[in-house]
Amino acid sequence: MKRDYSLDIRHLTRVEGHANIQITVRDGELIEARWAIVETPRFFEVMLKGMSAERVPFLTSRICGICSISHSLASIRAVERAMEIVPPIVAEKTRLLAMHGETLQSHALHLFFLATPDFAGTSSVLPLMQSHPDLVRAGLQIKELGNEISTITTGRCTHPVSLVVGGLSKTPDKQQLLHLRTMIQERKPVLENACTFFRSLIIPDFSRETEFISLSNGSTYPAIGGQLVSTEGVIRDENDYLLMTNEYTRDFSTSKFTRLSRESSAAGALARFNNNYHLLHPKAKECAESFGLQPVCHNPFMNNIAQLVECVHILEDAEELINSLLDSDLAEIKTPYTPKAGKATGAVEAPRGVLYHHIEIDEQGKVAKADCIIPTTQNNGNIHADLRALVEQSLREGKSDGEITKLCEMVVRSYDPCISCSVH
Amino acid sequence: MKLKIASFDFTCCEGCQLQLANGESTLTDFLELLDIRNFREISSERLDDYDIALVEGSISRQDEVERLLKIRRQAKVLVAFGTCACFGGVNSLKNRFRLDEAVREIYGDITIETLPVRKISDVVKVDFSIPGCPVAREEVERIIVSLATDSIPTLPNYPVCVECKQQLNTCLFDLGEICLGPITRAGCNAVCPTGKTACLGCRGPAGELNMPAFLELVRERKLSYRDLHEKLAFYNAFEPVATDET
Repeated sequence: MKRDYSLDIRHLTRVEGHANIQITVRDGELIEARWAIVETPRFFEVMLKGMSAERVPFLTSRICGICSISHSLASIRAVERAMEIVPPIVAEKTRLLAMHGETLQSHALHLFFLATPDFAGTSSVLPLMQSHPDLVRAGLQIKELGNEISTITTGRCTHPVSLVVGGLSKTPDKQQLLHLRTMIQERKPVLENACTFFRSLIIPDFSRETEFISLSNGSTYPAIGGQLVSTEGVIRDENDYLLMTNEYTRDFSTSKFTRLSRESSAAGALARFNNNYHLLHPKAKECAESFGLQPVCHNPFMNNIAQLVECVHILEDAEELINSLLDSDLAEIKTPYTPKAGKATGAVEAPRGVLYHHIEIDEQGKVAKADCIIPTTQNNGNIHADLRALVEQSLREGKSDGEITKLCEMVVRSYDPCISCSVH
Repeated sequence: MKLKIASFDFTCCEGCQLQLANGESTLTDFLELLDIRNFREISSERLDDYDIALVEGSISRQDEVERLLKIRRQAKVLVAFGTCACFGGVNSLKNRFRLDEAVREIYGDITIETLPVRKISDVVKVDFSIPGCPVAREEVERIIVSLATDSIPTLPNYPVCVECKQQLNTCLFDLGEICLGPITRAGCNAVCPTGKTACLGCRGPAGELNMPAFLELVRERKLSYRDLHEKLAFYNAFEPVATDET
């Protein structure tokens, strides 16, 4: 069928930040499908120059209101590796727990409040408070748990207070850890019930082969540091992040693009899942199976489900981490250090995928150079290519204009783009 | 009557509007008070009639100026929401550099528009300011409830030190660190010094500000002036001060 179709969404809603989707079809032919980020740039890499190394995590956490813990820890890892500081084990465990809290709140926010309205056919979560009160309550309870973990481990759920170069400025006390453990145990059934709801959703049938990039450490599901791996078999050292990203600019976007073995690649929950499936907790694997999710999955809409699977994993792993902290002496929390010159990369798995901070410190202990590569930047190329393939497939299937528009919005939201983060 | 409210963001991390979705246990009751007319981050509804506009972020591009002017015309009450909106925030650190060089360094040869960072009140009249990086959820709720019930909201005039002492924290000055708690407006429950890291002044100067006494404290303890200046500049919330050395 020779048809015309055009879509021009200025500032897509229910995503973090400002971006547009523009699609033009003429006589049945796709002319253009564009994912254009128009967020105002902030120039964090410039702002960092001259700042004392110890203050870096406090500045970089402000790159993002949702994944501030990841930014803080990527910087801390870069600075610690640059200055050869080894943080105490209690600090490492507490940091991991903090990452879990952040990922949990971020995934819950996206899954329940930003993505679900698409599946339910509403404009926001607000109508769902009437139609699906149990689901909304479950979402709030999971998100609250994530925030509580972050608050107890870092002092505040957005823009962490006690994550510092060398370790921690303060640890949670055992009473707080016990409170968290009880909260986790109480909320496991809540998450299970939510999984039942998500199983009732129809995930769009769409697949496009791509390359998935994540961290991998071989022994635990990735969070802080490790090798850089891809589903095409690429393996690189953390410091070689530039070879993994190959950043480039496009004139219609204030966010950059990356590529590796193909035209584009993906980072995020599905990428972590595809590269590290064997390291998931058995209960998380069970959850994945119930959705028919197996590695390597190339359906971008399944990133939503991979996030849900990670939530199951996180509740189990967080409980184990808390048990281990409860058995530890929480006295030694910070390694003393004297600032010195050096350079290194800190890579962490932020909720939306692998995040790189590369920092060079000069002899005075100040930042000489900084570079941050954001997960959403690494997904821009894939979003672009998916929009194209999705519109072409939908035209072949004779979908209505309304259906195509909805699918395009949904596929972008599936990546859970963090746009303000990507234009740092 | 529910309060018709809208939330807008400019140059920022969007962490302040996210605080509105936190406080999960009281969120449903809080939302009962509000008629959310425009809030891109959570809803596809976009309505132009609202009484209160929460404006997050600082201004660093011409299209932001125009969007902000339109919001000002529409809103009965415009609230500068968070440190970036109130003072420019960390974004202002960009202003220390030449912008054309910054653009070239980050983007190479493509054309990217960027202006020196400004706070909201540099561009339009602000009716009320809620500082914080991020804003404190409880304070926001209290202020919005005040606005909804037609009473006049206020911020504490006293410094963070007062709240810090209430929590029986060890003073960071006694641990050899400069903390901006003595000169910064309270209302955050001293969250940073309670986590044993220095207050960097995100809430701006306290109403009862005694800068000379504060500088004397730094001098007599022989703490680093370089550290002092870095901290005072962090959120652009304090005027630069003159010291013997830098």
